Amino acid sequence: MLKVDRLTVQYGALAAVNDCSFTVSDGQWLMIIGPNGAGKSTILNAVSQGVPYTGTIRFDGKDLKKTDAATRARSIGVLSQNHYVGYAFSVEEVVRLGRYAHRGGLFSSHRAEDETAVEEALERTGLTPLRRQSVLTLSGGELQRTFLAQVFAQNPRYLLLDEPTNHLDLVYQKQIFALISEWLKVPGRAVVSVVHDLSLAKAYGTQALLLDHGRTVALGDTRTVTSAENLNAVYDMDVAAWMRSMLTQWEDE
Amino acid sequence: MKRIGEHFGGWIYAVFALVTLCVFFACVCLGSVRIPLRETMRVIADAIRGVPSGEAYSLARSVIIPIRLPRVLCVALVGASLSLAGASMQGLLKNPLADGSTIGVSSGASLGAVISIAFGITFPKLPFAGTMVMAILFALLSLLIILGLAWRLDCSLSTNTIILIGVIFSMFASSVMSIVITFAGDHLKSITFWTMGSLQGSSYRNAAVLAGTLAAAGTVLLLHARELNAFAIGEDNARAVGVNVRRVRLTVLIAVSCLIGVCVSIGGTIGFVGLVTPHMVRMIVGPNHKRLLPASLFSGAVFLMLADLAARSLFSPRELPLGVVTSMVGAAVFVAIYYRSRRR
Repeated sequence: MLKVDRLTVQYGALAAVNDCSFTVSDGQWLMIIGPNGAGKSTILNAVSQGVPYTGTIRFDGKDLKKTDAATRARSIGVLSQNHYVGYAFSVEEVVRLGRYAHRGGLFSSHRAEDETAVEEALERTGLTPLRRQSVLTLSGGELQRTFLAQVFAQNPRYLLLDEPTNHLDLVYQKQIFALISEWLKVPGRAVVSVVHDLSLAKAYGTQALLLDHGRTVALGDTRTVTSAENLNAVYDMDVAAWMRSMLTQWEDE
Repeated sequence: MKRIGEHFGGWIYAVFALVTLCVFFACVCLGSVRIPLRETMRVIADAIRGVPSGEAYSLARSVIIPIRLPRVLCVALVGASLSLAGASMQGLLKNPLADGSTIGVSSGASLGAVISIAFGITFPKLPFAGTMVMAILFALLSLLIILGLAWRLDCSLSTNTIILIGVIFSMFASSVMSIVITFAGDHLKSITFWTMGSLQGSSYRNAAVLAGTLAAAGTVLLLHARELNAFAIGEDNARAVGVNVRRVRLTVLIAVSCLIGVCVSIGGTIGFVGLVTPHMVRMIVGPNHKRLLPASLFSGAVFLMLADLAARSLFSPRELPLGVVTSMVGAAVFVAIYYRSRRR
């Protein structure tokens, strides 16, 4: 269980996240939604200990601030939106790095387990044929799948996704969400993701957290949180009407 | 160019070691006085056993044992250290233009050395000349200042902060150096020669210090190959897969600073080795630091030994500063590599 309690992240005078609390339990998919600058990604950065914060973040009762990096990585994996790799690492090398936290000391005996995890991750994401290819030659979608494979190889219990399908075309978007739903079926796992696309949030999320200017507007099951009242107030427009008008474009096909 | 496969074993290291050894002996034999390989081997063997080499070998022995052998040893060790430091920094900072001097420690070391030459500072109690002690002291001091400033700016010690502080510190150290040089008077020539970088007149003691530092700091860096891979892919990614980014960054920076400080204190500023060699090596063995670091170690030694051979034999008996040769060759090679990679 991931328990975030009174989280505040301060960037200078600006509170990017202000007194935010929520809990994620096994089997849930929490969607963090809200307009640009609401503090969605900052929450994920705080959970992965990438920014200084006040408040507590606990995983299974243990304070993540006091947990060492490798132990944390075995519990929580992160997939972010932008990847710029400067050097010509192969797909397999990037995926293999996911096993970093599972190696104890210099002379560990996890070799066979590592191999299986890497093979499975490559297989599941359909990257086996590209395993020797340099990541510099991959398309955006292939690159994102490579990092998804890395986090699968890492085999964490919870997964944090920061706009995992931003910049990706529909085929890859569908592919990646399908892969993550499949991953979530194993008991003991959970997903927290930041998304812009409210339809995706409604389709895949079991819970949702709606933020505006760093503050929690609504928290609970997705249907309640994405009510017209909540969304219209935060986005300052009739969200549902806009979504429907977009859909009508497809009606006479 | 085709890369060497994912798993290469001992044979590639054997090849690298063999090439290094061949170049090493070639550099000991060649120079203003050319000595056949058999004579060289004989003289070195005699010196190790501590027996005299006989009349016929007296010239060879007087050239090789006190002059050429320690120099080539120092050159090889400095080349290996600079190149290893450069490869590590390029990975750590995820920046192909980084090298050991990026964090400003080498400028600090130069400043220390220049001060000691200009004002004739020596430490009579210490076993080494003042220049070297001052350079090492200043290198460590610079590291403390740079990390301290970076820490005050942002306590996560982010890459950008370190590069920024490093560059600013380098400029500051250079300006102080210019002031010192203005007041140097008679020592101007020796300072100028020193700043151009040379390993002329190296001793076995210098080689021992270099070897000791390389053994310690080099081991630390080689053991961080996996972490450097993670950094080279991205710092956030490194954190996500479970690397303790702050500890690793601090460890690598300290190891690199030790290497650079000692190299600068002995050889002056020798540019481009740490920048170019890792690039050339990366084209052969790929970006994985498990292969890149050891390969850079050997290649750096080879590169600098050949550059030093050129420096002392091209216009013999006049000798070029080593740093000038490496910068000229390095700049040309770098431009070639850059254009190649851009066109691809």
